[in-house]
Amino acid sequence: MFLPHTDADREAMLRTIGVEKIADLFKSLPGEHLFPELDLPPGVTEIEALEELQHIADANETTGELISFLGAGAYNHYSPAVVDSILRRGEFYTAYTPYQPEISQGTLQAIFEYQSMIVGLTGMDVSNASHYDGATAVAEAVNMAYHNFRGKRAKIVLSPGLHPHYRETVHTYTVDSDILLEGEHTPLDAGPQALIPLIDENTALVAVQYPDFFGRVHDFSKLIEAAHEAKALVAVHVNPLALGLLKPPGDFGADIVTGEGQSLGIPLSFGGPYLGIFAARNKYVRKMAGRIVGETQDTRGQRGYVLTLSTREQHIRRERATSNICTNQGLVALAAAVYMSLLGKNGLQQLAELNYHKAHYAAEQIASIEGFELAYAEPFFNEFTVRCPKPVAELNAKLLHFDILGGYDLGEAYANAGLEEHMLIAVTEMISREEIDHFVEALTEVTNA
Amino acid sequence: MPEPTVFELSSPGRQGAYFPEPDVPRADIPKSIMRDDLPLPEIAEVDVVRHFTRLSQLNHGVDTGFYPLGSCTMKYNPKINEETVRLAGFANIHPLQPIETVQGAIGLMYELQEWLKELSGFDEVSLQPAAGAHGELTGVLIMRAYHQARKDHKRVKMLIPDSAHGTNPASSAMSGLKIVQLPSDARGNIDMEALCAECDDTLAGIMITNPSTLGLFDEHLQEVCDCVHEAGGLVYGDGANFNAIMGISRPADCGADVLHFNLHKTFATPHGGGGPGSGPVGVTAELAPFLPGPIAAVIDEGSEEEPPLYSLVNPKKSIGRVKAFHGHFGIMVRAFTYMMMLGGEGLRAASEHAVLNANYIQARLRDTYTIPYDRICMHEFVAEGHWEDAPGIHALDISKRLMDFGIHPPTNYFPLIVPEALMIEPTETESKETLDVFADTMIKIAEEALTNPELLQTAPHNTPFGRLDEVKAARELVLCCWLPENKEE
Amino acid sequence: MNFPKELKYTKNDEWVRVEGDDGTIGITDYAQDQLSDIVFVEYLVDVGESIDKGEAFATVESVKAAADVYMPVTGEVIAINEDLPDAPESINSDPYGEAWLIKIKISDPAELDDLLDADAIENLERDH
Repeated sequence: MFLPHTDADREAMLRTIGVEKIADLFKSLPGEHLFPELDLPPGVTEIEALEELQHIADANETTGELISFLGAGAYNHYSPAVVDSILRRGEFYTAYTPYQPEISQGTLQAIFEYQSMIVGLTGMDVSNASHYDGATAVAEAVNMAYHNFRGKRAKIVLSPGLHPHYRETVHTYTVDSDILLEGEHTPLDAGPQALIPLIDENTALVAVQYPDFFGRVHDFSKLIEAAHEAKALVAVHVNPLALGLLKPPGDFGADIVTGEGQSLGIPLSFGGPYLGIFAARNKYVRKMAGRIVGETQDTRGQRGYVLTLSTREQHIRRERATSNICTNQGLVALAAAVYMSLLGKNGLQQLAELNYHKAHYAAEQIASIEGFELAYAEPFFNEFTVRCPKPVAELNAKLLHFDILGGYDLGEAYANAGLEEHMLIAVTEMISREEIDHFVEALTEVTNA
Repeated sequence: MPEPTVFELSSPGRQGAYFPEPDVPRADIPKSIMRDDLPLPEIAEVDVVRHFTRLSQLNHGVDTGFYPLGSCTMKYNPKINEETVRLAGFANIHPLQPIETVQGAIGLMYELQEWLKELSGFDEVSLQPAAGAHGELTGVLIMRAYHQARKDHKRVKMLIPDSAHGTNPASSAMSGLKIVQLPSDARGNIDMEALCAECDDTLAGIMITNPSTLGLFDEHLQEVCDCVHEAGGLVYGDGANFNAIMGISRPADCGADVLHFNLHKTFATPHGGGGPGSGPVGVTAELAPFLPGPIAAVIDEGSEEEPPLYSLVNPKKSIGRVKAFHGHFGIMVRAFTYMMMLGGEGLRAASEHAVLNANYIQARLRDTYTIPYDRICMHEFVAEGHWEDAPGIHALDISKRLMDFGIHPPTNYFPLIVPEALMIEPTETESKETLDVFADTMIKIAEEALTNPELLQTAPHNTPFGRLDEVKAARELVLCCWLPENKEE
Repeated sequence: MNFPKELKYTKNDEWVRVEGDDGTIGITDYAQDQLSDIVFVEYLVDVGESIDKGEAFATVESVKAAADVYMPVTGEVIAINEDLPDAPESINSDPYGEAWLIKIKISDPAELDDLLDADAIENLERDH
C-alpha cells in the first residue's frame, strides 16, 4: 500500500546498489532478532478501512447526539466551514517546520499573523508560535520564570483555580528540580487574595487562571500588585474566547499569558490536538521557549518571514536550552489564525457575548431548581459551578437517559476541598434555549426521582 | 508579490462569520470586567479564504513535491486519514465524557497501543506525549523515576552520542540529569571504549537513536545495551528513525528499555507545517508502572454477546500527566487508519522500501558527493555538501539551488559531526522516477558548483522568494504586525 | 586574525586587558569571526558580584550559534558594557575596543600567569 515500486524498479534499484535482494540491506542488524513474526492482521483497502473506522466511530456518542454541558478545559463550539477548508490544503498540512523560508512563506506568514492576533487578544507584546496545549504552556511558563531568575528563586505559587490537569503537568515537569510548588491548597472561596501571603522574595512566579477552573472571573489587581512588589512574575492562563469580552491580562499587569486555544475553532477530538497559547512582555522575549516567527526581507527586497531567535532552542543550545520543545502545534495555530481572521473584532465579541448570555440564562434557571444553587458569587463567562443536592455522578448517570451530558463532576478532582456535590456546567453557542430548558426539567426530574 | 497581512486586509465594519442573536434574555455584563477594544482584523469571508489560499501556495509540501528532509520521514500522508479523523464519532467527542459513551475512542487507543507494542516488542505503551521531544522528556522522566523508586539516587549521568538530535540533551537536562557526550567511531558506531569508561554506578542510562542520525544501524548495538545494563543503567531508544525497522527489528528485542515513537513520521500522519505530532512511549514491564496516564485498558473482558469494556487507567507509580487529557487523539486516529490499511506485512514492506530508496540514492550519488560513512545505510544517509575544488560552495547553496527544481532540500548541517552535512531521507512512498530526478538534479548541481558557483550562491532563482535575511530578523525583532505601543525596556 | 600583543588570552577565546588591579574582558577577533553576525548579548551577572574563574558571565549569540563567555580569572564585576546589548554588532567590528564585555577587580593576580600571550593563542587558532 502506498508503494509505487514495480518489480522491474526494484530489480534495477537493487542492481544499482549492488545487492541481490532487499533482505541483504539488513545484514548489519542483530541476526537472531531479524524479521520477527508479527501478530498483526493483514492490510485492507480504503473501502474496508473506512467501514471499520466508521463502525468504531459509531460506538461513540457525540456532542451532536447528546446535549453537552461538559467543559472543564474543552468546549463544544462551532467552527465555520472556512477553517476546515483551509486546513485541508495539502500545501499547509503536508509541509514541515519552515526551516527553508524561501518555500515556506505560507506557514511563516500565517504563524506571524497568529502571533499578532494573540498579541492583540491578550494585550501582551509578543507571542510564540504555540505550545502543545494549555497544560504544557503553563509548565513552560513555570520553567521560564524559574530560569528568568537563573534558578535563584525557587518558589512557584499555583492558584487552586488552575485546571487540575495543568497543575499535575507542572508537578511532572518540575519533579527533578529544586522548584517548590505552593498555593494549591489555599481555600477555594477565598479568592486570589489568599495567595498573597505566600509571595516572598524567593517567589519566581504566581500562576492563575482567567476565568478560573470553576468559571469565575476574578479581579487579580491586588494579587499582581503584591507579586510585582516582590519582583515576582505573574502568569495568567486564559480561555481566548472569553477575551472577546473580558479585559485582557495585559491591561491588569500580567507578565505572561498562557492559554488553551481549543475554543478558537478547534474540534473537541477527545482531548487533542489542542493549542498551547504563550505570550509575554517584550523583555522576556528571549526567555520564551518555542518557535517564533519574525519579519525580514529577502534578497529581492520583498517583505518575508523567518524563524528567529532560534539560538534559544535545543538544536543549538542542546543541554543548555531551557526547554526541549521542537515541534509546535503548527496546523492548529493556523486553524486559530483563520478562525480569528474570519470572526474578527466584531464576530469574536458577538460570540463571546452569546456564550455569556446563554450561560447566565442557564445559571439562573438551574439556581431556581429546589436544592440547587450557584456556588460562587463572582462574575462568570460561559461556565459556572453549581451545588447540587445529590452526588453529581448519580445525577449525570440519570441525565444520560435524557441524552444529556451533564457538567463536570468537581468531586473527582477536588474531593478534599468540599466540592463532592458540585457540578461545573458549560454553556456555549451550540446550546439553544430549548435545550437549556430541557436540561432544567431533566435535572429537576432526576433529583426528585 | 508578497501577500498583505490580515491586518492590512482589514476594513472597519467587515466580518467573515456571523452568529445568531441570543435566544435567551440578555444578561447584565459588568463594565468593570469588559475590555475596551479588541484589536483583531475585520475581513469578509471571501477575502479570508483567498488570503490563506494564496499563502498556502507559497509553501512546499509533500503534496506539491519531493521532500527528502532527513530525520523527518516526509512520506505521503494518505487522504483517507483526513476523512476518518473528521468522522463525527471521533471529532465531536469530549475528553471527559463517561467511558460508556466513548467506547469506540478508547477501544481505538487500546488497539493502537497493541499495534505499537507488537511492532516494538515492548510490554506497555502510553499515548499521552504530544510530540517526539515530549516523548523523550517522558521517557527520561520514567528512567529517573525508576532509579529513584529503587532509592538509587546517585544515578544522574546520561550518555548521549555526538550524533544525537539536540532534543536528547535538552530533554535530559530538563529532567535534572548530567550529560556526557560519547564520540562516534570511524564507522559511525558509538565508540565502545568511551562508552565502557562511563559505565559506572552513577549511570542513569544512554539515549540511542538507532538507526542513528547518520542513517546507520549501530553494529555494536547488543554490546552497547549489555554494557549499560551491566552497569545498572537503562537504554532509551529515540524512535525518530523507526521507519527503517518496522517488522525488521524490534527495539525491545535488541535491548532497549524505553522508546518513543513519532506517529507523525513513521505512521504517515501529516507534519502540519510543524505539528501537531504525537510521541507515544513504549516500555518494558519493569518500567510500565511509571508510564504517564491515562492509558487505555480493558477492564472487563466481555463475552460472546458482550463486547469488552474499555477504560482509561493510571499506572501505579506513574510519573503523572505530561499534558491535559489523553494525548493527541486526532493524530492517533490518522495513524491507526494508516496501520490498519497496511497491516503487519505492509508496514514491513514500507520499511524495506524506505531502506531500498535511501540506498538507491546513496548509490547514485556516491561518485559525486563524499559519503563520510559509506556503507549500506538504513532509511537515510548523510552526504557532504562541499568539494575541495569548489571552495566557495556550502551545503546551504546546494540546498537553495535544489528549490529551483521544485525539490525540498535535505536536512542541512545535521548531524553536527559531519561537515556541511546533507541528510537525505527519501521515504518509501517515492517512485524510482522521482528518485532519479532527484539524483540527476544533485549531479547537475555538483557540476554547476564547478562551472558556475555563483548560480548556487545566489539561489534560489525560481521561487517566489529569494534568500531571507536572518540577521536582520534577529537584530530588529519584528514579531508582530504592529509594534507594541508601550514598548517596555 | 588579529591578536593584540598587550592582551592575555584564554583557550576559549576570551581576552583580558590588565590595568593595575583591574581587568577588562572581551572576546577575540577569531571568536567573533567564527560566530559571524552577532545579534545578541546577554549578561548573566550583575555589578558587584564575585565570579570564579571559568564561570560563564555572558552569552553572545549569532543567528546560528550561542556562545557562553567565561571568566578568564576570578574577580568582582565593577562594570558591564551597557551599550553592548543595543549594538551587539560592534563585537564584529571592534572586538578589542568598543565591544569590551565587563570590567573586574582581579582577586588573584597569580591566575593571570595561566593565560596565553598573543603568540600562543595565534598558534593555537592557526591549528584549528
